[in-house]
Amino acid sequence: MSAARSRVAGGTVLRFAPHARFRFDAVRQAWVVLAPERLLLPDEQAVAVLRLVDGARDADAIVDALSREYEAPPAAIAADVLPMLQDLVDKKVLVDSGGPGI
Amino acid sequence: MSAAPATVAVEPPLALLAELTHRCPLRCPYCSNPLALERASAELDTATWQRVLREAAALGVLQVHFSGGEPLVRRDLASLVGHAAEAGLYGNLITSGIGLDADRITALAAAGLEHVQLSLQDSDPDQGDRVAGLAGAQAHKRRAADLVRKAGLPLTVNTVVHRQNLERLGAIVALALTLGADRLEIAHVQYYGWALRNRRALLPSRAQLDRATAFVEAERARLKGVLAIDYVVPDYYARRPKACMGGWGRRFLNVTPAGKVLPCHAAETLPGLRFPNVLEASLAWIWQADPAFERFRGTAWMPEPCRSCERREIDWGGCRCQAFALTGDAARTDPACALAPDHGLLALARGEAAEAARDFFYRGFTVAPAAPAGEPGG
Repeated sequence: MSAARSRVAGGTVLRFAPHARFRFDAVRQAWVVLAPERLLLPDEQAVAVLRLVDGARDADAIVDALSREYEAPPAAIAADVLPMLQDLVDKKVLVDSGGPGI
Repeated sequence: MSAAPATVAVEPPLALLAELTHRCPLRCPYCSNPLALERASAELDTATWQRVLREAAALGVLQVHFSGGEPLVRRDLASLVGHAAEAGLYGNLITSGIGLDADRITALAAAGLEHVQLSLQDSDPDQGDRVAGLAGAQAHKRRAADLVRKAGLPLTVNTVVHRQNLERLGAIVALALTLGADRLEIAHVQYYGWALRNRRALLPSRAQLDRATAFVEAERARLKGVLAIDYVVPDYYARRPKACMGGWGRRFLNVTPAGKVLPCHAAETLPGLRFPNVLEASLAWIWQADPAFERFRGTAWMPEPCRSCERREIDWGGCRCQAFALTGDAARTDPACALAPDHGLLALARGEAAEAARDFFYRGFTVAPAAPAGEPGG
C-alpha cells in the first residue's frame, strides 16, 4: 500500500508493478496484462503505449515516441496517454519508479 | 441483430477457480461452497491437479485462483502454485489466513504466487469470530496480512457484507488500510446455497444498502490510488441482472475438489445437468463441447424478454443459479431483472428482511437443518 496517490506528469517515470505481468499470450495471439484482481486485454493503441513503459522513459518521452510513430501532434497524444497512464497507476498496474519529476 | 447463431464460437476461458478442497476451519454462513461438501477422501491428487493446471494454460486460461474451502489445508499447495507459475498462469491465493505461517508464505512466494486475497468477516473481532464460527479467527487474519506484506506480495482484503456488519463499513475500510491492503473487495452476499439458507439473517434493508453504496462511492474517491475498492452490489435490489461469470461457459471455469468442471461455483445446484469430470475428459474437450457448458452458452437458449433484449450480450441473461433458486426453473429470466416476469419474487424476499433474524445456520459437513420458512422451493 502506498500512503498517497501518485500523480502522473510529463516527467514521471513508470514501470510495471512488481506483480503486474505484461505478456504476449500465444493462445489469443494478443498482449495481456495480469495483475491482482485485474485482467486487461489492451487494444492495439494501449499495447503501443505499454511497450514503451520500461522504467527508464518518462511520460514525455513516451508521448514523443508515439508522436513520431503515429505522426500526430504531441499534445493530442498526451491528451490520450496521460489519463491512461494515470488510470493504470490508480489501478496499481503501473508504479512510479521514482525517477525525475515526482 | 436478429436470431442468435445456432453454434457459438467458443473463446478461450480467462480464469480457472481451482477449489482444491472443501475442508475449512471456518464455518461462514454465506460460504459459496455447495451444501453437500466433498470430504478429503474425494479430493483430486497432486498429479491430477498438475495436469489440470497444464491443460488450463494450454486452453488459454490466464489466471488461476487457488481456493477452497481453505486451500492451505492442502500440503501440496506450494507445489501446485509452482506448477501453475511454470505453465505461465498468474496465481492468486484465496484464503481465510488460518494456517498461514512464515514458512508457508515464504514457500508460496518462492513458488511464484503473485497475489493473496484474504477474507475478513468484520472489523469487530468478536463479530468476525462469530460469523467465521471460530474463536480467535480475527487475530490469525491480522497475522496473516502481516506475513503477506512481509513476503512482498500484494494483498486484497475481501469482506462479504450483510445486514449484520454493514454498519461497520467505515471501520472495515480503516482496518484494510491498517493491514496494508492494496485493494479491498466489498461484496454483498450472493444468495445461493448456504447464504440462501441464511437469507433472513443476512439480507440488508434498502436503507442500509443505499447508505453503504453512497459511503463506498465517497471512500473510493477519497482513497483513489491508495486503496482500490471493488464493490459487488446485491442482486436483490438491482434493476438489471449481473452478467454472471461474464456469461455461461464464456470466460470462467471452476474445478471442484473432486474434479467436476463447472461454469460457475454454484452450478451444481441446477438439476438436470450432468457436469463433466477432469478424470473423464480433457479440460479442452469439456470447454469446447461438453453439453452442460453448451446448455446456456450464448443467446440461443434465452426465453423472452431476454431473447430480443438489446442487453442480451451485455448481461447474458443474468444468473442461471439465481433463476433456479428463486423460480425453480434455471432457463427463466433472472428475477433480478426488472423486466423479468418473476421480478416480484425479490420484493417478497426483501419483505422478509424487514423481520430480522440474527442466528446463522453454520456451514458444515453435516447438512444444516431445514431451510427457514419463506425460502422459495427448488
